[in-house]
Amino acid sequence: MPEVAFWQGNEAIAYGALAAGCRFFGGYPITPSSEIAEIMAEELPKVNGRFIQMEDEIAGMAAVIGASIAGLKSLTATSGPGFSLKQENLGLAYMAEIPVVLVDVMRGGPSTGLPTKIAQQDVMQARWGTHGDHGTICYSPASVQECYDITVKAFNAAERYRQPVLILSDEVLGHMREKVVMKKLDPTQLVNRKRPNVVPEKFIPYLADPKDDLPCMASFGDGYRWHVTGLTHNDWGFPTNNPEEIEKKMKRLMRKIDRFRDDIVEYETAFTDDAEILVLAYGSVARSSLSAVNEARSRGIKAGFFRPVTLWPFPDKEVEKLARKIKTIIVPELNCGQMVLEVERAVHGRSKVVAQSLVDGELFKPDQIFKVIEEVA
Amino acid sequence: MPGQEVVSWLRTRFFPHIWCPGCGHGIIMHSLLRALVTLDKKQSETVIASGIGCSSRMAGYIDACTVHTTHGRSLGFATGIKLAKPELTVIDVMGDGDCSAIGGNHFIHACRRNIDITAIVMNNNIYGMTGGQASPTTPVGSMATTTPYGAIDPSFDICKLAEGAGASYVARTSIANPKQAEQYIMKGIQKKGFSVIEVLTHCHTTFGRRNNRKTPIDNVNFFKANTVPLSKAKDMCEEDLVGKIVIGEFVDKDVPEYTAQYLSLIERVRG
Repeated sequence: MPEVAFWQGNEAIAYGALAAGCRFFGGYPITPSSEIAEIMAEELPKVNGRFIQMEDEIAGMAAVIGASIAGLKSLTATSGPGFSLKQENLGLAYMAEIPVVLVDVMRGGPSTGLPTKIAQQDVMQARWGTHGDHGTICYSPASVQECYDITVKAFNAAERYRQPVLILSDEVLGHMREKVVMKKLDPTQLVNRKRPNVVPEKFIPYLADPKDDLPCMASFGDGYRWHVTGLTHNDWGFPTNNPEEIEKKMKRLMRKIDRFRDDIVEYETAFTDDAEILVLAYGSVARSSLSAVNEARSRGIKAGFFRPVTLWPFPDKEVEKLARKIKTIIVPELNCGQMVLEVERAVHGRSKVVAQSLVDGELFKPDQIFKVIEEVA
Repeated sequence: MPGQEVVSWLRTRFFPHIWCPGCGHGIIMHSLLRALVTLDKKQSETVIASGIGCSSRMAGYIDACTVHTTHGRSLGFATGIKLAKPELTVIDVMGDGDCSAIGGNHFIHACRRNIDITAIVMNNNIYGMTGGQASPTTPVGSMATTTPYGAIDPSFDICKLAEGAGASYVARTSIANPKQAEQYIMKGIQKKGFSVIEVLTHCHTTFGRRNNRKTPIDNVNFFKANTVPLSKAKDMCEEDLVGKIVIGEFVDKDVPEYTAQYLSLIERVRG
């Protein structure tokens, strides 16, 4: 692998996954994510990894969960309708606490929508797409370099917190070429799931350490026998109807993410110290937004920029803090207003929140966002 | 009574099981466990995957590496496990709904790939756990809660489906022949490739009572009276075979197996 490359975002995700130790890919072709599968098909055999093109998106999700249970760091990638199809088995991975990484290269919807056009319409689906409560970790890269770096982070988070981790990329980012520098990763920068340190007979698969609410995970074939199920289960991994055991499991599922919220949440800011207007944007839209903010600054408008790198957990505390001194927050999104709801929740009415929607299949031009900055200034 | 070796493969602390008294699933589980014991399989190197429904609970009762997945999707999970660790023995236990309805696509593609997994299909012609709705193997004319005037859609022949899709071992028997079930399962596990063993079983609780097979023994008698060995069926005319179910081994062939093919691909790529 070269140290510096000129890659598309999809390529950067595939190579980032390999650098993170991913050794299994299961998936199904879908635009605009297919390059990730194609690269994994080519690269995985070279490192004794496994690639399999499954019969559909559902089976792709099932296969990566299976491979992770057998001990391999596993990736699947999809888009639009494929993300919908994956929700069922994604839920099993949340319930059974199986680490996997799922990339959704967002395109326009609903339904088949706009397969070759950018959108950001899957933000709420990423949070709530599968039925039932669960904590969500979802990253949103905004450059090809970050596609690489975030994929490593996503694998680390999946292994650490024992659950699926999502990456919401988008069509523009997936197919845009930029320079990527691959920092050398030493083994200490790669996280591996906690393994049991007891003999197989003493292994209680979902008994969590109170210090982190995270149970150890054995792999099938490593001498430990355990039961994986999508049913609500007790510490032994067995289905339960006992109210105490049910509540214990559900509360821990939420808590294991909530308690590490500050470790997980990432964001980027620019010009926020004296800002009166804040543009909050993520993914490719963050690029147009930062351009617009720079333009505003050059014209003497006190504009600032905030980019959630983790969409979930959302950096609500950080946004709330900024909102105390900011007059107006503009939220440009390639949807009819999804993340803006979360911003409104975070700011508690402390500043005015303006939604800027674009759903014509194109990316915002900086001018379009600058105009709104000018209007509210 | 099961032998001690069989009992050691059971998570008896989770008994009583949820199956109705007289359910055929226990007979199939016993056949499977005898096959595993005879083949000297290790519990920590044996994976039992299952989908959803009464059949799926079998995974929970077997003390091995067990994975109780989503409805119809178990073969997807099993495929991931097997490809990640081909040295593991992987058994997929499923019901007729899992196999031929919601998981039909996964089933035919597992056959096509010929991945070394043994699929045991417990065909009771009904969705038992949800209360007796018609499945794709409910015979025409049968009564189910969703076919209150009798089923009109033709039923699937799971073995023909498996044969057509490319499985390397395909056999059918019934719970009236537990010894034969054990032998077929054993051959399936030994076969390097995708094996399908369809075991006809019954749900007297939801199917039998609506179709004149109220008690477990009515069903065993039904299977005894209406199954015909393949060797015999070959000499029977079409007329005589109406209403009969042919049992026996339909496919037993050696064709390239998926994980072996993938491992040799790795060798080829790595030079």
